[in-house]
Amino acid sequence: MSEPSKQVSPMGVAADPMEDIAVESARRLAWRRAVFRFRQSSLSMLGLAMVLAVLFVAVFGSALAPFPEHIAGGVDTGNRFMPPSLAHPFGTNELGQDVLSLVMAGTRVSVLAGLGIVLIATVLGTVIGAVAGFFGGWLDEVLMRISDLQLTIPGLIFAMAVAAALGAGLFNMVIAISLGWWPGFARLVRGEVLAKREETFVVAAYAIGAHPLRILFRHILPNIISPVIVKMSLDIGFAILTVASLGFVGIGVRPPTPEWGTLLSISRSYMPDFWWTAVFPGLAMFFAIFGFNLLGDGLRDVLDPRARR
Amino acid sequence: MLRFIIRRIIMLIPVLFGLTVMMFIIARLLPGDPVALAAGPNATHEEIAALAAEFGMDQPMIVQYWTYASGLLQGDFGVSIFTRRPVLTDILTYLPATLELVFAAMALSIALGIPLGLMTAVYRNRWPDYLARVLALASISMPRFFLGLLLQLCFAMWLMTFPLGGRFPIIYEYPPFVTGFLTLDALIAGDLESFWLACRHLALPAIAMSLSPLATIMRMMRASTIEVLQHDYVTTARAVGLSQRRIVFKYVAKNAVSATLTVIGLYFGWLLGGTVLVETVFDWPGLGLYATQAIVAQDFMPVIGVALVIGLLFVLSNLVIDVLYGVINPKVRYA
Repeated sequence: MSEPSKQVSPMGVAADPMEDIAVESARRLAWRRAVFRFRQSSLSMLGLAMVLAVLFVAVFGSALAPFPEHIAGGVDTGNRFMPPSLAHPFGTNELGQDVLSLVMAGTRVSVLAGLGIVLIATVLGTVIGAVAGFFGGWLDEVLMRISDLQLTIPGLIFAMAVAAALGAGLFNMVIAISLGWWPGFARLVRGEVLAKREETFVVAAYAIGAHPLRILFRHILPNIISPVIVKMSLDIGFAILTVASLGFVGIGVRPPTPEWGTLLSISRSYMPDFWWTAVFPGLAMFFAIFGFNLLGDGLRDVLDPRARR
Repeated sequence: MLRFIIRRIIMLIPVLFGLTVMMFIIARLLPGDPVALAAGPNATHEEIAALAAEFGMDQPMIVQYWTYASGLLQGDFGVSIFTRRPVLTDILTYLPATLELVFAAMALSIALGIPLGLMTAVYRNRWPDYLARVLALASISMPRFFLGLLLQLCFAMWLMTFPLGGRFPIIYEYPPFVTGFLTLDALIAGDLESFWLACRHLALPAIAMSLSPLATIMRMMRASTIEVLQHDYVTTARAVGLSQRRIVFKYVAKNAVSATLTVIGLYFGWLLGGTVLVETVFDWPGLGLYATQAIVAQDFMPVIGVALVIGLLFVLSNLVIDVLYGVINPKVRYA
């Protein structure tokens, strides 16, 4: 994004302290410009607000829920299938549990899983892509063929198969989905590393005798971070969607852990009369995914100059 | 061109080989005992061992893979340990339903996505553009299975204008098998009533599947149209005094479509693997439902088979797209 930071800072040595300050202020300027552009876009700001709301509920949801005892699996059979009302804004389900409380508690499950998947995939993909792009040769060939293969296997079926074999549970599900998620990051990082590998600052780092791994991790990777961040933010929504999808087909998190997809799948059988048991978890899912997608789209417009239109 | 196609098909072999190896390793590395699961909860150790021997699952993994791979070369996809039917027979039964659904969804999203993309590009930064862009992002964020449920709730349960699920009413007989696509088969048989029934069953699942490819195609088409609109020849066409409509439809659209083709090809493969959810919602008897049942039973032969068929179709659809590039844009050379 900012030309000076590309050429000067990664050298790692600043001969002139004034130059260091100039680099710093150029970076800050670029950052401020990005923030300004981001704030110009009302859709991006809406996305940010939605994401903050989702994160807030994810952190404090269980504490703020009107019926915390229902989250732990408590039932209230006297109040089964109550339509939305002031006491139960989202109604109650087949066990008399408050749907709003379950949806709020489910936020933490989905957001945690979504973030976990994207983080694991980013680390895996970045290391594999960086190594492939930086060292090249047969290693590159082998790693990229594996990633091509992974991309050919239908992702959802792969995740379902691995999750089913690993057994139920949030952690297992996150692992199962992440295992199929890294190739996108690997390809992105490999491409960026290939482009940066030939730049002057890398050649200069070689010239002063830096170790190749140091060059890769200290000089090249920090310079390709913004497309990775953009992809991460765009992927979180889809990761949340995948988690919910596995829950919906009955693989993954088991009740009483409140997970949006699982809630939806259970309440399917109670439609159309008790539609609220299905519609509200679904809307929560849509809200969270939409928020992350709006934010990701806005970030891409700001951080990825090629995509700016 | 022919040489290009042949070379691409030859390159498929290592991909498919790798795919089977990978799925095999996953099936074996992971915990879980499919044989015990298939034998049932009351099976004795002897019965489980006998079942394992029957399916060759007591052999070392290399031997099992060898048996599988050599069978595959003869068109034998193995036998499902759960249904005890050959996997290939099952796949051929369920594949047409999935393909029909995917084709219908793709047709819908191409037919709407391309004109919408053109329109939003022409009206760039005016209200139709903003509206369509927000709706597109919302569509991409909409979980397909939730949309399916909402459609079911509105049109099948409340308004009762569409059937709740399935491919065809149970009490009716399927039209005679020709393509496996019920809509086409009904037309071939000249049976308009069956055709109408098949279409009504197809409508809701196809709409639920089409929303996110529609939005992606629209966004892609918008971006490439905007790029094409900035070319010199468009300015020239304007200078010559051609009407906006003629410029957009005759000169811009064709050039903008070729960039969108890649997305269409990718989405086709992606939809094939993603029918699982919509098929679950609408009880659509396709590959996705079949794979889900197999996965829950940890019955790996069908899972490998489905992954293989979908992988193959995915690669083939990309090949078709690459060939289409040349048809739409003669400047593309096949190296």
